Amino acid sequence: MSAVAPPVSHDVRTIREIIARHKRWDYLFGVIGIIALMIGVLTFTALFVDMAIDGIPRLRPEFFTNFPSRRPAEAGILSAWVGSTLVMIVTAFFAVPLGVAAGVYLEEYAPKNWVTDVIEINITNLAGVPSIVYGLLALGLFVYQFGFGQSVMSAGLTLALLILPVVIVATREAIRSIPQSIREGSYALGATQWQTTKDHIIPYSAAGILTGVIIGMARAIGETAPVITIGALTFIAFLPPSPVTASPPFLNFEWLWSPFSVMPIQMFNWTSRPEAAFHKNAAAAGFVLVLMTLAMNGLAIWLRYRLRKNIKW
Amino acid sequence: MSAVAPSGATSPTVPLEGLTSARLAQRRSRILGEKAIELVLFAAASVSVFVTIGIVYVLVSESVEFFRHVSIWKFLTDTQWTPLFDDAHFGIMVLLSGTLTSSAVALLIAIPLGTIIAIYLSEFAPFKIREIAKPFLELLGGVPTIIYGYFALLFVTPILQRIYPDLPGFNILAAGLVMGIMIIPYVSSISEDAMRAVPMSLREGSYAMGATRYQTAVKVVVPAAFSGIASAYILGISRAVGETMILAVAAGMQPNLTFNPLEPAATITAYIVQVALGDLPHGSIGYQTIFAAGLTLMVLTLFFNILGHALRRRFREKY
Repeated sequence: MSAVAPPVSHDVRTIREIIARHKRWDYLFGVIGIIALMIGVLTFTALFVDMAIDGIPRLRPEFFTNFPSRRPAEAGILSAWVGSTLVMIVTAFFAVPLGVAAGVYLEEYAPKNWVTDVIEINITNLAGVPSIVYGLLALGLFVYQFGFGQSVMSAGLTLALLILPVVIVATREAIRSIPQSIREGSYALGATQWQTTKDHIIPYSAAGILTGVIIGMARAIGETAPVITIGALTFIAFLPPSPVTASPPFLNFEWLWSPFSVMPIQMFNWTSRPEAAFHKNAAAAGFVLVLMTLAMNGLAIWLRYRLRKNIKW
Repeated sequence: MSAVAPSGATSPTVPLEGLTSARLAQRRSRILGEKAIELVLFAAASVSVFVTIGIVYVLVSESVEFFRHVSIWKFLTDTQWTPLFDDAHFGIMVLLSGTLTSSAVALLIAIPLGTIIAIYLSEFAPFKIREIAKPFLELLGGVPTIIYGYFALLFVTPILQRIYPDLPGFNILAAGLVMGIMIIPYVSSISEDAMRAVPMSLREGSYAMGATRYQTAVKVVVPAAFSGIASAYILGISRAVGETMILAVAAGMQPNLTFNPLEPAATITAYIVQVALGDLPHGSIGYQTIFAAGLTLMVLTLFFNILGHALRRRFREKY
């Protein structure tokens, strides 16, 4: 190095400085990136811990078996979690078959024409419609035009429509990852299109579809705005009629038409009251709700991870 | 192998003609069944179209009733929103100001942070960090918004009040900040997908010219992925404009024509919730206002979606 003439060495030094400066920028951005991520992580931690500290003392068995009450210490979430469960049953009953069928159609059957284009663009746009607009749709259509009233049925249908795009997109992605050779093998053995679909395509994409369904249901269970809009009750001290009865025909569908409340609405009700004691109840209900959605989302993420690892076509 | 295959299937005792016609009949019924199934599947796929038609029909038909009583001009220019008072005013500007202010606060948080996180995860982060951060962000996006509302009202607002004691209990700032955090995952995950779709050869070219990671990320990858990043921003905006529960809980339900985030203000969505919580008779003018408000919301999101579409066209890069 000593052989290099002085003016060149000056240039080298300048270049080294430039390189060092740019490397500092690199390093700086790495740190900024970590900080940005940390803001998300810290917010989430604060949210979770805050809710846990306020809520966990209220999480006794009575909290799950009591109706809401004017006295905060006696209030519970019985009607809310029962309502949520029933609404979810209706939602899954409509969203899963419809979503899977639509996904199968678009991937396996749909011809390339404008009708298909319209359906596809439409699904993309529906995914971006604010959830409260679904509530208005349901209020105008299900509650009044169809006369379903402010019932479990209306809420379940609304949430089913809301998560339909999620299920459709998940189904399509799962189906798209199945290689063409599987279909060709099936056709070569004389199977029809439907036989190929029901015996190969749907079973092989089931895990992927399940992931989408779980994510959709997790979204539906925490969705508040559309359910409030159709007029769910915020204070309810009775349960819908039981779906199972002691006498034949053992099944009773009266609950579909019953008024109801759901978990997030119960939480909203308690949060918007001025008394701090009700805020503890809100924290407890929120804690249960967060655990439920986290568990569902976690399960979906884990399923997808397993899927990516295991399937090698 | 070839010796085993041919004869087994057709039995020689059945007359050939009967066999073919039976086969043909079977084939016909099979084709009919296939057609029926295709029709059912098509019906399922077209449900989404009916949902859109339903939304448009409900919003427009109720709004038409509303605009029979209130002129569109008044609706757009009046500076008061008092639909349930005797002296009723229907100035959507009032609710729109709340929606726009809270969205602006949220986007000031979500767009820079979301973009930085996306660039970091796509270009800088070691494999391990990405594997942990991505699912975590997904979980963050899956938290119900009512939980964020609770958090904004009972955790963030008290903290902000310590810094700025005059802050009212309901304010746009806390709601907007929390909403921004909520939107980060939507912005970052779609932007990151767009950046990872940029072909490796572009980065390699940049590195070969002596660029650093930061230079490559900002001057090569981000411009190349900009159409995808723009869609992420548009999705973020739609989320912010349509967000309901955080605002209904933490920003208050008092209509207030303001662009100051330190004040409480009702948004379009919060107003709908407020009316739905009450007991307005079906068909009354108060009932129709929420559909007019919903229609405004739809027009607003539609506007941003069209804008996003134009942006994507404008900045689309082909490789």
